[in-house]
Amino acid sequence: MFRRVLVANRGEIARRVIRACHALGIEAVAVYSEADADAPHVREADAAFAIGPAPARDSYLRSEALLRALADSGADAVHPGYGFLSENAAFAAAVAEAGACFVGPPPAAIRAMGDKATARRWMEQAGVPVTPGTSVVADVAAAERAAAEIGYPVMIKASAGGGGIGMVPCEDEAALRRGFESAGARARAAFGDGSLYLERLVHGARHVEVQIAADRAGAAVHLFERECSVQRRHQKVIEEAPSPAAGAALREALGAAGVRAARAIGYHNVGTLEFLLAPDGAWYFMEMNTRLQVEHPVTEWTTGVDLVQLQLRLAAGEPLPFEQRELTQRGHAIELRVYAEDPARNFLPSPGTLTKLVWPSGEDVRVDAGVEQGSRVTPFYDPLLAKIVVRGPTRERAIERALAAVDATVVEGLKTNLPLHRRVLCDPEFRRGDLSIHYLARLLERAGEP
Amino acid sequence: MPTQVEAQITGSVWKIEKAVGEEVAEGEVLIILESMKMEIPVEAPCAGRIAEIRVQEGASVEEGAVLVVLE
Repeated sequence: MFRRVLVANRGEIARRVIRACHALGIEAVAVYSEADADAPHVREADAAFAIGPAPARDSYLRSEALLRALADSGADAVHPGYGFLSENAAFAAAVAEAGACFVGPPPAAIRAMGDKATARRWMEQAGVPVTPGTSVVADVAAAERAAAEIGYPVMIKASAGGGGIGMVPCEDEAALRRGFESAGARARAAFGDGSLYLERLVHGARHVEVQIAADRAGAAVHLFERECSVQRRHQKVIEEAPSPAAGAALREALGAAGVRAARAIGYHNVGTLEFLLAPDGAWYFMEMNTRLQVEHPVTEWTTGVDLVQLQLRLAAGEPLPFEQRELTQRGHAIELRVYAEDPARNFLPSPGTLTKLVWPSGEDVRVDAGVEQGSRVTPFYDPLLAKIVVRGPTRERAIERALAAVDATVVEGLKTNLPLHRRVLCDPEFRRGDLSIHYLARLLERAGEP
Repeated sequence: MPTQVEAQITGSVWKIEKAVGEEVAEGEVLIILESMKMEIPVEAPCAGRIAEIRVQEGASVEEGAVLVVLE
């Protein structure tokens, strides 16, 4: 096992990784930008290194700064968390070249899944269904021909993309012609690569994803599904496990697809395959995240597996500690992402100082927070303050506990989306489990009516 | 009468879309701010000519700071 792990992240996930390191008797080394010198993760680590000015591109995204911290700290492994450099194949390779272990999959797997058009081809070869679509299309004429074949509506997507950037839905050929140039320009600006491909747009679909884990010897398992349909502008807001839409057969099919995919691409460590689940029951691969997910706690609380400790063990070369048949999903878990944003002002970011902060507590409540009372929430990073996770024997009980947790939370000094969580948890459609990726946009439209 | 256009949010100036002396229509985007990984456009509250731009790209601004003066 590792002696010392460099945690190349900040906020709640840095604290989460530090906790897992300490549970395994490993020293944790934090890194911090000028804006984060007083952050809780810096205090909780056994050592900490400054890596640059506040903007992420000058600190948390700067490989050289992290590699220097790695050398100076004498750490023998790097945990990248999520976001930042976690899906950067060049960084993963550089960590290995520096003689340390990257806690994640091999760089080749990161690269293969990072290019969305390549990932689709891999999945097709592994027998995993993908939405009818194309590989990279050369120009607008090729796109028109391909779209006519796939059938409208289609979605233009950036091959190097992520986070919804460069995605344009097109109902017809005119919209495709209008959207193609601007999608390419946006993709070039955001990713330095303007390659586009098309996918059929699946109406009314849910976002359901599968957690997988694999060891270096090639053994792979899945840890069941998560439902992440409650999203706003492609950002997840509420996640749960199990999915209210998944019966035993679908669960088994999705899980088996995840395991096949992991084997096909020579994957090890933990990862997630995201699927679109259509109203007719068909399901399609969307993308694979080659890292720990933000929403990993709902899987931890329904399987009893600590995914971060598992990541460290697998990276250190240990075999998977369980077989598929030993894994079960018990009860129901819900995660609420608490964002510093103002629902009353169209979800504008709301930086500020947390003058008062009270989290809910109890046996069935878990709060993974990156901040504490007195913390200054700066505009430099994403708005996630904390994740409130609850569990119950049934979905209904978990929803009741989530509501109680929202009501027990006090955040003063800045605005949060807690009122939105309350509204969703009380909404009959949500309670029925009647969800799609358009659910939240529709709820907000309804609420906007007089 | 000059109109002061203020930052509606604390963040940094990502892009300045207009130059001093340009005529703008109501609702046109003058500046794009960045905060918490979101792009937030600052629009002209009324038509006018840009008399002054008080910030530079990359600068940090506090909520309420005057970014542009229209006349």
